[in-house]
Amino acid sequence: MTIALDKPRAATRQRIATPGQIALAGAIAVFLALFLVVPVVTVVYVAFTEKGSGAFTLINFADFARTDLFITSFWNSMYVSLMTVALASMFALPLAYLTTRFEFRGAGMIQALGFIPLIMPPFAGAIAMQLLFGRNGSINLLLDDAFGFKIPFMEGLNGVIFTQAIHFFPFILINLSTSLRNLDRAMEEAAQNLGSHGFRLFRRIVFPLAMPGYIAGASLVFVKVFDDLATPLLLNVKDMLAPQAYLRITSIGLADPMGYVISVVLILVSVAAMGLSAWTMRGRDYATVQRGGGGLAQRRLNRWESAAAYGVVLLILVLVLAPHVGLFLLSIATVWSFSALPDGYTVAHYGRVFLESSVFIKNTLLYATLAGLIDVVLGVAIAYLVLRTRLPGRQWLDWTASAALAIPGVVLGIGYLRTFYGVKLPDGSSLASFWMIIVLALAIRRLPYALRSCYAALQQVAPALEEAAESLGATKYRTVRRVVVPLMIGGILAGFVTSFATAAVELSATLMLVQNTSDAPLAYGLYVFMQSPAGRGPGAALGIIAVLLVAVCTLLSNWVIERSQNKRSGK
Amino acid sequence: MTVMTHGQTTGVLAAAGSIGAGTAGIEISNVNLFYGTNHVLKNVNLAIEPGEFFAFLGPSGCGKTTLLRLIAGFNQADSGEVLLGGKDIARLPPWKRDVGMVFQSYALWPHMTVARNVAFGLEERKAPRSVIDEKVKAALSLVGLESLADRYPSQLSGGQQQRVAVARTIAVEPKVLLLDEPLSNLDAKMRMQVRRELHDLQRRLALTTIFVTHDQEEANSICDRIAVMNDGTIQQVGTPMELYERPTSLFVANFLGTANILDGTVSGSGATRVFEVAGGGRVEVPASAVISPGAKLVFRPQHVRLAAPGEAGLTGQILNREFLGAIVRYGVSLGTSEVLVESAFGSAGDLRAVGETVSMAISPERATYLTA
Repeated sequence: MTIALDKPRAATRQRIATPGQIALAGAIAVFLALFLVVPVVTVVYVAFTEKGSGAFTLINFADFARTDLFITSFWNSMYVSLMTVALASMFALPLAYLTTRFEFRGAGMIQALGFIPLIMPPFAGAIAMQLLFGRNGSINLLLDDAFGFKIPFMEGLNGVIFTQAIHFFPFILINLSTSLRNLDRAMEEAAQNLGSHGFRLFRRIVFPLAMPGYIAGASLVFVKVFDDLATPLLLNVKDMLAPQAYLRITSIGLADPMGYVISVVLILVSVAAMGLSAWTMRGRDYATVQRGGGGLAQRRLNRWESAAAYGVVLLILVLVLAPHVGLFLLSIATVWSFSALPDGYTVAHYGRVFLESSVFIKNTLLYATLAGLIDVVLGVAIAYLVLRTRLPGRQWLDWTASAALAIPGVVLGIGYLRTFYGVKLPDGSSLASFWMIIVLALAIRRLPYALRSCYAALQQVAPALEEAAESLGATKYRTVRRVVVPLMIGGILAGFVTSFATAAVELSATLMLVQNTSDAPLAYGLYVFMQSPAGRGPGAALGIIAVLLVAVCTLLSNWVIERSQNKRSGK
Repeated sequence: MTVMTHGQTTGVLAAAGSIGAGTAGIEISNVNLFYGTNHVLKNVNLAIEPGEFFAFLGPSGCGKTTLLRLIAGFNQADSGEVLLGGKDIARLPPWKRDVGMVFQSYALWPHMTVARNVAFGLEERKAPRSVIDEKVKAALSLVGLESLADRYPSQLSGGQQQRVAVARTIAVEPKVLLLDEPLSNLDAKMRMQVRRELHDLQRRLALTTIFVTHDQEEANSICDRIAVMNDGTIQQVGTPMELYERPTSLFVANFLGTANILDGTVSGSGATRVFEVAGGGRVEVPASAVISPGAKLVFRPQHVRLAAPGEAGLTGQILNREFLGAIVRYGVSLGTSEVLVESAFGSAGDLRAVGETVSMAISPERATYLTA
């Protein structure tokens, strides 16, 4: 009798979640609340309250609207973001289309080279860009000598746009290329069959179908540029929103409400941009309607077309890789000023960096690794809870973690400072100045990427595989450990690499949070070096080290992922 | 599910057979096609009459879709000619051919409504708006989907998507209609219905149509003539009944329906020739039959009658029995091989038991002799 009574109850309980799962969900919720929700809400709260009294007010926003500098900054940020999207599209569109549409020798390498800008801190490139494209940079010196005119590539906002476009265009390239490659070839053939070809075919069929990929990439670029702090600062452009927020907090202090108001504006614009892109893409998940796949039919180019195509691709690649080349030259230059190329070469900068600044490298490795680990652990856990349990409210974990995407780094930094400044550690120092806070900020910032990666990986694991393990006697925990995680390992590693690589070059949040140079990561050190002309050489050397560090780690993990996949597919 | 409006030939498309009027025959001569070193089409020769409903039938990988795509212009022959209405189209790009193709995946553009999908080809031909509207309406009414004109493809069922794909293609009044496995993405019930609709539509439009399929039942039920293909070659061309009754190769005999194939040798001459079956027993050979050396005896399971042992015929033992409703299929041992015999089901009392020894009488005039 007791058995008969117990059974249904046990079954119901199990259907919702095990105690372990509930505890896990609770722990994640607390983590997200402490390090994402509370800091952000604090920022918003401060923006809407009266200084001192704590009463609700809109006066701070009115002040914002009345200050010319802020309004100018707002429009400058808008302008720079939109123009960056436009310029990045000009880089990405031809590369994506040419390499997917035509039989193109080296298409794989072009796609790979397209990724390189992402693994360099954009502000590191900014200095190199000044030396190459600035008023007295190599290109303009050559132009002036040959034709007697200069092009203001790097003047004011132009410099920010140019630098950001070169850094962020891969987001558009990657998304658009994926869209183009996933097109059902029959979509194109059906149009040809009905009499369409050439540019009309592209305009009426190919581009609309690839649009979701383009919008996804473009909106990401817009938001990233709008929120970026370090690049404008390094190019000495201060009348943009993110730099203004930073300057208010660092120069006037944590109590000044304007930094918070600007933060709210930054969040609103990010959310609006993402919402807009989601809205334009609604009902356009074309992948489900397109069955075939296979991408566009690849056409062979004739000699002239081929020459023209390679010319375009080469020009774009040279532009895009220019910061790397420039940075490298700078890192081995004795003096480089008012000349097309450096006056002489030396390895002294590297020596100085290794002797004096190895702490930056050590910190970066430590922080990025910890952040990456936190992200994949959280990513796997959240993905598992969402996809494999019926825990009420589990979607909120996903939504909250993903919402971090819309929180600019500078806002998170301000939020952490405000929230944790008063929290004292046992040794009497503030929690806000503890280095682990930097790690947490990085982890929260990169969590959405790792989460998506883990989520996709878990979706590809058939639940029957877990059920098979459970029916053979494995507990939930052992099933996850022995079956689920090994099957997800590719996605988990990919998530780790994305988090690691981007955390290693992140600066927006860390710029706010680094209190001690001895706790600073590489990106911060680079930033400090780049402030002074004498520091540029070592700064560039540090930048090259950052690029190599990220590249080596990425290649290494790619190799691990490929090896594990090959093993599974029996190759 | 709306059924197509039968007999209703309203609209500009079907009126006065405007499509059928422009339809054309296809001649394919000496076509060879390679994918790298892979010889995919081997010296293909074929003539399809104007207004004919023609099928390319064969197992997967036989080259039937390649041949269809060659006609549409998506594949280029390495040698040979493709004539459409007497004109060589081999060098024309797909968009200049006036050959309508319905894709296996339908390839409906998800960013356009049904009406805009159907209008596409007419717009590309720079037809005036009024003509486009009229023809879109007519094409959709032809497939019974006028009411869904403003839907998006993702809002349609598989059968409806298939009809939109057909409407989109016939709206431009092509000279021929190519259907690439049009029924493969439909469930069994829909398949029967849609195939009848396609047949009716083709009859009404009198449009030269080529239908690619690996399913012999589909080809048999709706096509005038079939080209059976295997390994890049055309094995035989004929009406469904010709192919079934007089296959010229073992492949065709096997591919269309079930066939018993027995080894043996011919002995005697003139009117007294007999075929000595390798497993034992002999079959009379009609005087008219032409038998090449090494030929095998081929006959259908329903052309064998089971008789009591001792009667004329091949003697064997019943190995298994399957009751299929209207017929009963026996597997009868003959030497080391098994002969399939199908008898109409009368009553349970008439059935033979497994293990019983029987004599199999083969109608000599229904048997054929094939070498390969």
